[in-house]
Amino acid sequence: MNMDGNNSVSVRDLSLSFGDVTVLQTLNLDIKEGEFLVLLGPSGCGKSTLLNCIAGLLDVSSGQIFIKGKNVTWLEPKDRGIGMVFQSYALYPQMTVAGNLSFGLKNAGFAKDEIDKRIARAAEILQMQSLLNRKPAQLSGGQRQRVAIGRALVRDVDVFLFDEPLSNLDAKLRSELRVEIKRLHQKLENTMIYVTHDQIEALTLADRIAVMKGGLVQQLDSPDVIYNKPRNLYVAGFIGSPSMNFLKGTISASGNGHAVKVGGSVVPLSGYPAERSMSDGQSVIFGVRPEHIRLNSAATAEMSPEYDADVELIEPMGSDSLVWLKFEGQSMTARVESSAVHHPGDKVKVRFRVGLASLFDEADSDRL
Amino acid sequence: MVDIASSRTALSAGPSGPKPSRRFSGSKIMIYGTLIVMCLYYILPLWVMVMTSVKGMPEVRLGNIFAPPVEVTFEPWVKAWSEACTGLNCDGLSRGFWNSVRILIPSVILSIAVASVNGYALVNWRFKGSDIFFTILIFGSFIPYQVMLYPIVILLREMGIYGTLWGLILVHTIFGMPILTLLFRNYFSSIPEELFKAARVDGAGFWGIYFRIMLPMSLPIFVVALILQVTGIWNDFLFGVVFVKPDLYPMTVQLNNIVNSVQGVKEYNVNMAATMLTGLVPLVIYFISGKLFVRGIAAGAVKG
Repeated sequence: MNMDGNNSVSVRDLSLSFGDVTVLQTLNLDIKEGEFLVLLGPSGCGKSTLLNCIAGLLDVSSGQIFIKGKNVTWLEPKDRGIGMVFQSYALYPQMTVAGNLSFGLKNAGFAKDEIDKRIARAAEILQMQSLLNRKPAQLSGGQRQRVAIGRALVRDVDVFLFDEPLSNLDAKLRSELRVEIKRLHQKLENTMIYVTHDQIEALTLADRIAVMKGGLVQQLDSPDVIYNKPRNLYVAGFIGSPSMNFLKGTISASGNGHAVKVGGSVVPLSGYPAERSMSDGQSVIFGVRPEHIRLNSAATAEMSPEYDADVELIEPMGSDSLVWLKFEGQSMTARVESSAVHHPGDKVKVRFRVGLASLFDEADSDRL
Repeated sequence: MVDIASSRTALSAGPSGPKPSRRFSGSKIMIYGTLIVMCLYYILPLWVMVMTSVKGMPEVRLGNIFAPPVEVTFEPWVKAWSEACTGLNCDGLSRGFWNSVRILIPSVILSIAVASVNGYALVNWRFKGSDIFFTILIFGSFIPYQVMLYPIVILLREMGIYGTLWGLILVHTIFGMPILTLLFRNYFSSIPEELFKAARVDGAGFWGIYFRIMLPMSLPIFVVALILQVTGIWNDFLFGVVFVKPDLYPMTVQLNNIVNSVQGVKEYNVNMAATMLTGLVPLVIYFISGKLFVRGIAAGAVKG
């Protein structure tokens, strides 16, 4: 098969099953040169399996994998031009940092001068010159992960594969290393494939995110599109914290367009970028993110008319507060500035930012 | 601030610091009492053996087996080592000792080498049917040795090594396989799989990963295997008596022949010395590697 020149990694009709269990189902994926792609999904969705297939650590049941236009489906990991960073760091405990970095190079038969040069360069990029003679046990978690990245770096690979590299670190270190990985990507401009279940990592790092579930890619788009225009209910519910509110309703005709009727409230859909046609009486899920609900605000062009709701609970979160509301018998949350004071039992007026909301067909749970 | 100061004085009365412990509480007396009794129980036979082995025959005949010797003599030890008669030979246990060493060293090295590679392959290079292979191997350890003696005699005869040391070495290697493979498999499966994956990505092959990643991480389990095999093979009697000719008998078989010889007077002091000599090798191994042994057993036991 002839591949497009600018695709760094291509996965064609990839399937993998262990006995009766299908882990990946005829999966297709094209990753551009220099792109940072994040595979995002809950545990068991097949994202790590896909990464292991690309790395060559798992044999595929059917399908093909191309790296830089070359069919690598049956190649050994070392011959694929990939480097991999693992969740548990996977440093060789009996070797020093320098030993860890040089292990792959020695296996590939590099001369000592070249090995030293590459280690020096990697140590400089990752700022760990002073650590080279230490054993992994003497390093902190963040330093260990840096060495693990360095191990991929020295081999000068085309594609970096990250398998949940930050999951073992505490929150503060995680955000530090996240920035560091992003900086590294900007500097090296390598293709990177990054597996995580953490949506913050996905949204901050990715050029594109592939949201996976049940061995299938649910949506492959830029973080912005994934967040604002989720393809289906699953993606909508998985991305965003606190998660999107789902309100059951029906489509009804109103004036010059459609409206969604939630209980007794009719929300006009003017400004909603519909992608599919809607019909009167169709059952839908009206999805609106907590930050797209305003309480007791003045009317503006982009906001819907106001409706009645009751305050049930307040969750202060520092910079803002989460207000749990009862609207037409259904629960929903709104994110408000923490300066706004509400109390449980208050009656409030809510407005929706319909232009940024999502509508899903209840039957097939895809976006309308 | 005033509040805290006043509340501190109010709270400061009463006990502070570590809780004092009583030196002779009932439970402590029970624990140490039991331990001392158990120690005596285990040390007494050893005491009798050592004391008897350094007495002359006249003193032994008096029958005070617990009494220390009036006159210490190492004559029985010398006799046991180099003069005691077994069948036709009268060169003592030394012949059996060297036979045992010649059996022990190749058997231990061979069985550990093969079993560790087995365990490594079973964990990291799983092949089609590897689970069945492992099950069959483990099942082998449940079959009584006696059932297999005769078939193995025939097998070795057909191979032309029946009665030789190499025949016995092969038998020891085979019979060590199930338990050692289990031991190594369990240990290797406790080593994170990602380490193995990382080494593969780094371009190391089957032997590269085995020698440069797995071996250096597995010293404790090798020590455990070493101790199991050294003591097991050294103490073996059955295989030694069945599979080699009399002049190649290992030390245990020779010891039996000395102790059970029916001619002449029973020389208890020589018998005791001979027994001590035979038990010395496993004993030394335990003393040298006790700490590592415990560590290895613990490490291997974590994951099944």
